[in-house]
Parts: sequence; C-alpha cells; structure tokens
Amino acid sequence: MHFFAEGRPAKLSDWQVVYADGGKLALNAGVIAYDLNTPLFSDYAHKLRTVWMPPGASAQYSAEGNFEFPVGTIITKTFYYPTPKGTARDAKLAARTYDQSRDFAGTGRSGEGLRLANVHLIETRVLVRRADGWQALPYVWNAAQSEAELARTGDTMPLELVAEDGAREAFTYVVPNENQCAGCHVVDLSTKAIAPIGTRARHLNRSFEYASGTDNQLLHWSKAGYLAGLPELSGVARNADWRNVAEPVAARARAYLDVNCGHCHNAKGPANTTALDLTIFADDDRHLGVCKPPVAAGRGTGDHFFDVVPGKPKDSILAYRLLSNEPGVMMPEQGRSTTHREGVALIEQWIASLPGNCES
Amino acid sequence: MRIVAIFLFTAFAAGCGNNGSTPQALSADDLAFQKKLQEQFLDAKAGTVIQIPAGKHALDRVLTLRANGVTIRGEGSDKSILSFKNEISGPEGILVYASDFTIEHLAIEDSKGDGLKINDGENIAVRDVRVEWTGGPKTTNGAYGIYPVKSKNVLIEDSSSIGASDAGIYVGQSQNVIVRRNRAEKNVAGIEIENTIGADVYDNTATGNTGGILIFNMPNLALPGQSTRVFKNTSIKNNLANFGAKGSAVASVPAGSGVVVNSNPKVEIFDNDIADNKTANLIISSYYSTSYYNTRGVDPKYDPYPRAIFIYDNRFKGGGDSPDGLDLKTLKTAMFGINGHFPDILWDGYVDAKNQVNGLPPAEERICVRNGSAEVLNADGPNKYKNPKIDKASFQCELPKLAAIELPHS
Repeated sequence: MHFFAEGRPAKLSDWQVVYADGGKLALNAGVIAYDLNTPLFSDYAHKLRTVWMPPGASAQYSAEGNFEFPVGTIITKTFYYPTPKGTARDAKLAARTYDQSRDFAGTGRSGEGLRLANVHLIETRVLVRRADGWQALPYVWNAAQSEAELARTGDTMPLELVAEDGAREAFTYVVPNENQCAGCHVVDLSTKAIAPIGTRARHLNRSFEYASGTDNQLLHWSKAGYLAGLPELSGVARNADWRNVAEPVAARARAYLDVNCGHCHNAKGPANTTALDLTIFADDDRHLGVCKPPVAAGRGTGDHFFDVVPGKPKDSILAYRLLSNEPGVMMPEQGRSTTHREGVALIEQWIASLPGNCES
Repeated sequence: MRIVAIFLFTAFAAGCGNNGSTPQALSADDLAFQKKLQEQFLDAKAGTVIQIPAGKHALDRVLTLRANGVTIRGEGSDKSILSFKNEISGPEGILVYASDFTIEHLAIEDSKGDGLKINDGENIAVRDVRVEWTGGPKTTNGAYGIYPVKSKNVLIEDSSSIGASDAGIYVGQSQNVIVRRNRAEKNVAGIEIENTIGADVYDNTATGNTGGILIFNMPNLALPGQSTRVFKNTSIKNNLANFGAKGSAVASVPAGSGVVVNSNPKVEIFDNDIADNKTANLIISSYYSTSYYNTRGVDPKYDPYPRAIFIYDNRFKGGGDSPDGLDLKTLKTAMFGINGHFPDILWDGYVDAKNQVNGLPPAEERICVRNGSAEVLNADGPNKYKNPKIDKASFQCELPKLAAIELPHS
C-alpha cells in the first residue's frame, strides 16, 4: 500500500491497494474487503469495497455517525459487472443479476479478489483520508483490464444490461467527476467536508465470508486492529438487508432509503432544503414525507400532491422519482441512469403497507 | 374533506416519465471544451475567474463548483452560451455550493433540471445571466431558472429567465436579498420569493408568465419568511396557461395573476405597474386556499396567514376580466357579469380567527390598502365563497414601512 499524503496519483496501481494481476483483481496484504447490509444502487453494478489503514492505526467506533478514521486510511470501491452468461465477451454487455457466485477468484468471497474472466471492471473510486480531510478520486479501468487511470472529470460509457432471461437495456454509465463525488459524499453542508457513507456501524454490522472463515465484519475489523471502541455486538445497530424477505418490509424500506437517499436527505445534508429526511433516524411522519407537500420538486412531482401517500404508492412522489430515470425528475439525482426495479418495488410495497390517508 | 381549492388550477397531465430518447453525443470539440471547463471548476480556488468564451458550447453534464471566492464570467448573456440540451447527468446546469460567488454575462440553456442552483452560499451575485428553455414553455422544462437557496446576501440583477416549469427567478429559504432589473417571461412563476427573510424586489419586469411575482411561505421548512418589499416593478399580461406539474408549489397559481402573496407576513407592495392580468392584478391568499393543506403533512407550527400586507401607490390597469378556473370564473360572472371584472385586489378571506379585535386582525397584522380607487374583493373562501364582498373600509389602514435591504457587495 502506498498512502499519498497529497496529489493525485495517475494510476490506481500506484496506491497498491487493489490491482489486476494474473487473471484476478487482487487485494494487497492487509486490505480488508467488506459489504453493506443494504447498499446504494448503482445501475446494477456489483461492488468490491476495501479498507486499509496504516499499521498501528485504527478507526474509532461511533454508534450512529462515521467512524473517526486515521490519516492514511484508504477506502476503495470497484464497480464491475459480471459478464452475461452465454454471450461472447463484450465490454459493453453487463449482466443484470444479484448472483455474485461467479465473481470471486477464490473459494471464499472477495477477500481473495475478483475473477477477471467472469467480470468486467468499470471504475474504482478511491477515498483517502489525508491530514486535511477526505479526498475522492475516480479511476477508470482500461479496455485491457490491466490498469485504471485517474479520471478527474469523470467519464461516460454506453453499456447494455443483459437480464437473466436475455432482455437487454441500453444505458449510459456515468463515472462522476471529483465534484460529483462530493455531491453524495458531503453529507453535512455545515462542514462541506467529504466523508465515507457506507462505513457506519449499522451498514457494516453483518457477516462476511473471509478467506479465513465467516465472521462479523465489525468484529473482524476489531480483531485486525482497524476498529477501536466496538461495544458488545448486541448493542450495535443493524440496518436490514433490503433483499431479505424474512425481515419486515418497513425495516427493509427504511434501510434502502437510508443508504440511497440519506446522504443528502438528512437534517444537515444538501437536501435539507426540502424538509424531507430519509435517514433511518427520521420520525415516521411528515419528516419521512408522509402526506408532506413537496417544496421544490418542480416537475418531479409527477402530478402528485404528497411525497408519501399511505396505501397509495402510485400517488406518491417518492416512488415516482425512484421509478424515473430522467434527469430533473429522478432521485437520487446522480449515481444511476437506470431504474432499480426491485428497489422501487420494495418502496411501493412499503408505502402500500402504511395506514391512514392524507384527507384531513 | 379537504378544503376545496379556489385557486387550484387543473394542470395538464403532462407526460413526464422516461423520455426514452438517447441524447446526442457531443462533438469532439465540445467534449474537449467540457473536459477543460470541468477541470477549471475542479481546480478553482478563491480568486479564480473562470472565463466562458463567446460561442454556444454543448455540455452533457452539470458543472459543479465547491470553492469559495470564484467568479464565472462570460462575454454576454447573448454571446457565451452553455447548452445542456444533451445533458445526461445533472440535473442542474450549474450547481454551486460556495460563498463569495459571482456569475455574470452568460447564458444557461435547456438544462434538465434547474438552470443555476446555489445552495448554502453567502455573498452571491448573479448578474446578466440568462437562463432559458429554448423550446418555449413546457412541463418537461427544468423547474427553476435562477435558484439561490438557503443563502445569505444574495444579489440577482440584470438577468432573465424564460420557460421555467416552476419559477424563473426563485429565491428560497434565504436572507437579505435584492432582486432587481431582471426579466421573467413565459415561466409558471416569474419571480418567486419563498421562506425568505428580507428581500427587495424592484425594477423587474414579469410578463407572459402564469403568475408575475410571488411571495410565498411553505410549511415544514426551518425558515419562515417575512419582510419583502415589491416595488417599481412591471407585472403585466401574466396570462400564460399554468404548465407546472400538479403538486408543485406554483401549480395552484391561476393563470392571470400579477402579484401573489401566499401565507407570507410583512409584505410591502408599492409603486408597481400591474396591468392586464386576467385573474387579478394582485392576489392575497392563505395556504388553506391551496390544495396541499392537510393536518398530517403540515407542521402545526406553520403560520398559513398573510399578515401585515401593505399595498399602496401602485398603478393598476385592466385585468380581472377572465379569471382562470371554474370557481373563479363562476364567482366573477355571478358578481360582475359576463363583461365585468374582478377588482384589482383579490383576497381569499382566510383570517386567523384566534387573533381578531372587533372583527379585524390587530392593527399591526392587517391587510392595508392605500391605493386610490383600487378595491379588494373578499372571496369568502372559508365559507366556500358564499358571501363574497367588496369591502373597502376593512383595509383602510397603514403599516410601518419596511427597511431597505443593504448588501455588502451590491
């Protein structure tokens, strides 16, 4: 690993965190892969997330907010797609699937890297904790899949999602520029500081299949010396897994909104102009949009009067904007070009389950 | 039952789902220009002046600025044009999270969302900026033209907005604002001041919009607005059919509204030319007259009454002759006949019943009119318009005048 205290290394491999090597995307020693209970939707891309900290340094646990990460921390997130089954390898074709079983190089999970024969790498985003705060740097993988190069101004690429039944959907994949990174990663406008989003206890509190065996991620970080101050796990919050139908719909929907919307729609976030709080902490009333008239939705209302109309997902602005993929209407405003069918279905199911109406 | 909306406008059910069209790719020259400009936005720091050369430059993603103390300067709002017609990632044209910011002498065209949005800034100057949707008024146009929000010390001058599907020049949740010498045309709302404390709106022209100049307070927001002066403006022939999406704040504005005050206190309206607005030249109304009020979704602490409104020395002419919406049409015809017209000032009649002295609000909270022969129609909204009446005596009063806004950088 190479922590660059300043500047913008031109190549991802300069960081020595993840690198293409002999048919796999490998993780350097000491780099820990992790998943989130419920992740951000990004055009059905699969993601390999890693964290690394300098020897001897550890993050300080926080119950609700971000962990306090030490200077030198490097977080990466590699966006990739499995190659569709039964098609010749084509960089433009991306499997639309939740199946990750073909993604990994080893028998365990991403601790052993990605199998490049089965996946196509798109981009790797680096979040680095420097003395003056976090910085976000986007890297785009080359056609040969041998290196990712710095793309400060972002990139766009035409891709085609291929569903398991063969149905295709063309879309433009958008790599954010550095300022757009901040569009999500500045979660507190009062500081305007960039910060990681996923590395909070409630997102990380889950098991992970490491090469060394399955373990709770927070415990694993703690044992590796990456996390100080972790309380008993029984006292740590845990967001639902949005895909786990064994969990209550409301818990899954709130987890989905928390990670997809809460970075802007929180009390201090850029979308606090709207009076809509979609974090897991928001009260289950007008603060969460129930019967709330929109403030500045413009045409994003879709001719609907309230953000969430209990029992009526098709009358709810929230569901309408998640369903749209048109800039100016869709929410989130950036980070996707396609509609997350399964995510929208969950939110609609949740709205349908809410009691009461907005009539009085 | 929800209170029936006298001012509810039946918007067209416009198709604004996925447009499905693939944006045209930018030319190599435009891509190179965009890359260089994006780098300038990324590298900008205090003192940086980003020059936009003359010419029409096609861009396909939002320009975001996060550094304080930056100036973006073109060569004229008809010369340096940033076109977002092919935008794939935005949705704004230019998005600013910065203070001590100046933008001048350029145009932003056809962004998918807002043209220019400035969030959480201090000491903002927008000068000779044109934001336009070039295909004319359409529901699918971006919502706001020039949109500072949650900002302090805001100057918008010599600028224009054309075709916004919500408000052309929209100042929201801000403090200490001057909006002057601008032109707003063919928007749903021409100029809108919302949940803002301390705004001077003068020497503007609003024409051809659905509503000319709006002073609104919306519920649930951290900042209840107050203290706006609207003076020396021209607000004429704002008779464009409302093309805002239903549910948006301005969708309830009837076509033909010159100046509208909704639920906002301490508003002074004087020395304006307000003419030929077919619903009414001036409307005073409460949030209860919109179709959005409900107890579950509106903060009980929200004050929905327009209090302390002072109207004087305006030059009203024409208007009120063809109001928008069935309720208003019926009311007008019943009271004034087919060929008659509403008086210049239309008030929905909602009053805070808990706060009345001898049938009137306390002196400091009244609606006061000192405007020659101009009359006020109390539409009696709370009683479903049963007993509308013209009542001059109730409005014979004066209010203390508001202080002028001063900005550190104007």
